[in-house]
Amino acid sequence: MMTIAAAAPASQSALHPAGPDAAIIAQLGWILFGGGALVFAGVMLVCALSLRRGRPVRPLVWIAGAGVLLPLAALTALLVFGVWNSAELIRPSSRHALKISVVARMWWWEVRYTDPAGGQDIVLANEIRLPVGQPVYLGLSSGDVIHSFWVPALAGKVDTVPGRLHGMTLQADRAGVYRAQCAEYCGEQHARMALHVVAQPPAEFKAWLAAQARPAHEGGASVEQGRRAFIGQRCAACHTIRGVSEGVPAGLGPDLTHIGSRLYLGAGVLRNQPGALAAWIADPHSIKPGVRMPASADMDGATLRALAAYLEQLK
Amino acid sequence: VRTRRYAAWLLCACAAAVLGGCDADRPAQPEVAGGNIARGRLLLAQYQCGACHRIPGVDGARSLTGPALDTFGRRSYVAGFLPNYPDALVRWIVDPPAVKPGTAMPAMGVPAEDARHMAAYLYTLK
Repeated sequence: MMTIAAAAPASQSALHPAGPDAAIIAQLGWILFGGGALVFAGVMLVCALSLRRGRPVRPLVWIAGAGVLLPLAALTALLVFGVWNSAELIRPSSRHALKISVVARMWWWEVRYTDPAGGQDIVLANEIRLPVGQPVYLGLSSGDVIHSFWVPALAGKVDTVPGRLHGMTLQADRAGVYRAQCAEYCGEQHARMALHVVAQPPAEFKAWLAAQARPAHEGGASVEQGRRAFIGQRCAACHTIRGVSEGVPAGLGPDLTHIGSRLYLGAGVLRNQPGALAAWIADPHSIKPGVRMPASADMDGATLRALAAYLEQLK
Repeated sequence: VRTRRYAAWLLCACAAAVLGGCDADRPAQPEVAGGNIARGRLLLAQYQCGACHRIPGVDGARSLTGPALDTFGRRSYVAGFLPNYPDALVRWIVDPPAVKPGTAMPAMGVPAEDARHMAAYLYTLK
């Protein structure tokens, strides 16, 4: 499953809707585009006709007809259609079985699931997984400035505002990986604040959530050096790994309990494949300038590789 | 006469454009046996070498965590100590820590065949 998801290019197109809301928005978009093209063609035609000499123009007819009546009729029809169409958009409802909390931060996304088994919250970052065909409630908030949550292939935008909770219902009708992008300028790395929504069959989703609920994989002796480096380098000051480092204040840095299972690193900047974690740890600023995580300056090469190998096996 | 002069100028301009294009279009000689330059360029992007290296012509390769590879084809040494020959470079790309134990560059699971294509592209950087 991982390899398939990693190989498929993530879709971020509002023109290829994969959810009911996105389909409504795409339809409205095409109608606006078609209507605009018709109006343009009409104006060009009238313009061409007007260049022919010898035909008297009756200004009053044109002003009243094309200047007042036509726009009035067209815009009224569009308004009625738009209002009727928008009413079809899914209403946010927190009554759906699956509820996910999303906290936008500079410049990443903290994602929280409630453990169906009643354990502590399952916290991950920059990746939301959902069962195909089921509406899911997202509680959107912000930890710092205003951001906006936007998965073009699934739904419209919803702003995340500090101190407020905005609800949203998200539904994916086709399995796949959908890229989301912060859609409200939020600082230096706004453009590299992405999130991936993975829609998968319900059984697969259930297995995934159960795996995410478990504490971090021990790894054994082969990664002991990396595990020691994680503690020794004080990574635990900002990052939680359940079962290894806990009690980190929320929101300092992404939870790394199952980082090896994620598709991307650094909020969508690198594909999570061998070498990527080492590059990121060595100097995240080279990849994402301004990111809050400091570069490692006092780790020798072997330790860096051991640390990356330890994190990579946290599936 | 005027039209003819214009035509001559136009011809000259076309010839200059065609000749100017010659240099850019000339295929660089692959120095690595079995290495495909175009494929190497794609592989360098696919393995995300750009997460650490600046590599001209490779998508997204702007990082300066590792050495910039702008003029790699003119380099005398790989990793600062290994004479820069194709076989050595391929060995290095496949498993850097095996060649130089203390290095920060990790083994990324690159098969030797892919490494040959990547080496072929890197030697075009002069």
